[in-house]
Amino acid sequence: MLLIQESSPHTGAQGSTARMMGTVAAATLPGLVAMVHFFGWGVAFNVAWAVAVALATEALVLRLRGRPIRTQLLDGSALVTGTLLGLAVPPTSPWWMVGIGAAFSIGIAKHLYGGLGQNPFNPAMVGYVVLLISFPLEMSGWLPAHTQAPSPLDALATQWLPGNLDGITAATALDALKHNSGLTATELYAQHPSFGAWGGSGWEWVNGAFLLGGLVLLYLRVIDWRLPAGMLFGLAAMALLFWGGSGSDTRGAPLMHLTSGGTMLAAFFIVTDPVTASTTPLGRLVYSTGVGVLAYVIRAWGGYPDGIAFAVLLMNFAAPLIDHYTPPRTYGHPGTGAGQGRP
Amino acid sequence: MNATTWPLRGGVHPQERKTHSVRRPIAPAPLVEHYQLSLRQHQGAPAKPCVAAGDKVLKGDLLAKAAGPISANLHAPTSGTVVAIAPHPIAHPSGMSDTCIELAADGRDQWRARAPIEDPLAAAPEQLLNRIRDAGIVGLGGAGFPAAIKLSLPADETIRTLIINGTECEPYITADDALMRERAASILSGVAILMRLLNPQRVLIGVEDNKPRALQAIRQATDQVSDTQPISMEVVSFPTIYPSGGEKQLIEMLTGEEVPNGKLPAQLGILVQNVGTCEAIYRAVTEDRPLISRITTLTGEALSCPGNLEVRLGTPIGALLAAAELQPDALDRLIMGGPMMGFALTDLAIPVVKTTNCLIAATASELPSAPPPAPCIRCGKCAQVCPMRLLPQQLYWHARAKEYTKATALNLMDCIECGACAYVCPSHIPLVQHYRAAKGEIRDKERDRVQSERAKERFQHREARLAQQAADKAARRIARAATKAKQAPATEAPRPDAAQPVEDPRKAAIQAAVERRRGRRSADLGPADQGD
Repeated sequence: MLLIQESSPHTGAQGSTARMMGTVAAATLPGLVAMVHFFGWGVAFNVAWAVAVALATEALVLRLRGRPIRTQLLDGSALVTGTLLGLAVPPTSPWWMVGIGAAFSIGIAKHLYGGLGQNPFNPAMVGYVVLLISFPLEMSGWLPAHTQAPSPLDALATQWLPGNLDGITAATALDALKHNSGLTATELYAQHPSFGAWGGSGWEWVNGAFLLGGLVLLYLRVIDWRLPAGMLFGLAAMALLFWGGSGSDTRGAPLMHLTSGGTMLAAFFIVTDPVTASTTPLGRLVYSTGVGVLAYVIRAWGGYPDGIAFAVLLMNFAAPLIDHYTPPRTYGHPGTGAGQGRP
Repeated sequence: MNATTWPLRGGVHPQERKTHSVRRPIAPAPLVEHYQLSLRQHQGAPAKPCVAAGDKVLKGDLLAKAAGPISANLHAPTSGTVVAIAPHPIAHPSGMSDTCIELAADGRDQWRARAPIEDPLAAAPEQLLNRIRDAGIVGLGGAGFPAAIKLSLPADETIRTLIINGTECEPYITADDALMRERAASILSGVAILMRLLNPQRVLIGVEDNKPRALQAIRQATDQVSDTQPISMEVVSFPTIYPSGGEKQLIEMLTGEEVPNGKLPAQLGILVQNVGTCEAIYRAVTEDRPLISRITTLTGEALSCPGNLEVRLGTPIGALLAAAELQPDALDRLIMGGPMMGFALTDLAIPVVKTTNCLIAATASELPSAPPPAPCIRCGKCAQVCPMRLLPQQLYWHARAKEYTKATALNLMDCIECGACAYVCPSHIPLVQHYRAAKGEIRDKERDRVQSERAKERFQHREARLAQQAADKAARRIARAATKAKQAPATEAPRPDAAQPVEDPRKAAIQAAVERRRGRRSADLGPADQGD
């Protein structure tokens, strides 16, 4: 009789990395649908193309590193990276640009640091920032929501054929707010086509849809509540503090910041990347609040209309330090000043 | 009705799978022909045999005596003949062999003369404590710590709260559940004996809410004895979660207090005993029955007839599995203990010991092997479920990198190896295995450190001693030379080099000694070496 000789525990919860990643990718669907609705098929093509390049790069690098390709390719991490990058870039981005971003995300930001679990920076955000710095023109123009959502063929043509984007892209609400000088908030909302009820036109729904997907992830306990909560809190608190009323010098209401740009996508799908976030319970709050605060700082005073990618990368830097100073208080040990002691 | 409880922070909810084994009442396990009684039935030092091969013993006769401060007596589970005292495979994760007393049963199962204590509540506490010690009772919940040692408190310690652990939090196991259902009165009589020994201000009996029938039985029994007791026994039920049955966790859940690191619960005025231990104490006192049997759950899908058996210590597990109608072809994994903390066995000749609360004969589909581990993605689920509030993930990195100082700083040694972290890990990393290895190495290193410290001390002592001896010798020599020098002018003619007046007798003595030494050296070297 040949009996199994393994160390305890002899049982495990159902669940795997691949399933977690798959759930995360699936939870972006409501947001993806909303974005396609408002900005056309270019968004979906971006996601598909970014995922394809990400998977191809993953396979190539795994092969170069002599790692098992099938299991690691199917662990879903490249799928998530590609999806997030595809959602973050403008729907009019040319194919080669998205391709560079995806290949950089996987090849450089992930595998050069040791692959899954070892990368200090969020790969999708590294890819995004590389594109933002290298191709500022292509990266800054978004389609206005709804006005002339291009047909699938037109969207493909924009991405794959050389052409001029100037005619079809326009400033987003965050752009308009940043460059506003003279209009009161009410006037701005009324005059500028990029504004909706609270935030960016269309973006309100997109953010709502990502929030919905994020709530599903929270319900399924795939993500830690501390991460989105901290980021949304940090952003909202800063927006409230530096609101500046509704005059022409307004920096936007908290609700506007929560429902514009990539706020919800970042809060539930990017900040929640466990590999690059802080790992202690308190540290996760500190980390994500930091992302929210920095994102606001960049939006309000920085050089870019939306600053989430930079905020995430800056806090990625800080994560190991945060971990070091926020260990939980072990049972039976005196407090470490982490504020988690029993009252 | 229910006392306040505190939530367990962390913990997991594994599938319980307890229903198979509690359908039938507790049954006696069949008498077998040969028993193998390991000398390591408990925590601490192994017991020392006090019988020899060929001795005839009666049921309950002492086979091995407690040796050292932490140890426990071992008694014959039935009458028969000691065949051998020799190595035999024992219940140990490594599958190692160790000394066992082999007893051939004579089939009569004849008791030795017994002296029950009729009214335990009128007996002197020392008498009760001696009885518990003599009976070799150890904690039957899992750890197997000798009960008498736990109950012998230093003079400056008193127990405020006595906690009775009826929390069987591991999946599959129903030994305590069955015991509470069927022998609640005996358990409470055992508790009464503990109360007589400890005089606690509160008695809490903690049972998880997944055992409604056990709770009901215990509640009824406490109602019946309530007027005979000075203080009431409170039955406390709380939501089922693993590992609520761990001593530290149960204390936290029932009292809200944490056992400070490096201290014992008794130093907080809290003492925890398992329900099975209470029943064993009751039977030791009132029946003069030493700990020679226990309730063991036999379960798993490879058994056609699972259930709880009253098992004699030393019974080979093969015989028990046969009694539960094992289907050998279906058996894939055999576990002693629960699926979270138990260990896998490979030999059916391994005998039951005092801590064997469960045997799981699992099929391949029932407890499948984990898929190969994937890279850690730092998801932190392990930290969320750790009942000790450690950072399993950081401990894993440090353990793997052999950074033991960092692992120790993150309190690796506080890990209770409950397995909750590995249970939830989506990457299927065998975390507990890494911690065990690291803890082992840290302990080895610590032992090495202590040993080298001692060796260093010994060396320094030796050096000091040698130096002292040399100094003493020199002093004696000087003294001798001095006396000689005093006598010298009287007996010898003045030497030419002594023309200068000798002012200091000490100097002269040294001089004399040096010269003598020179002379001896040239004599020792002999003529052959003179040429050098």
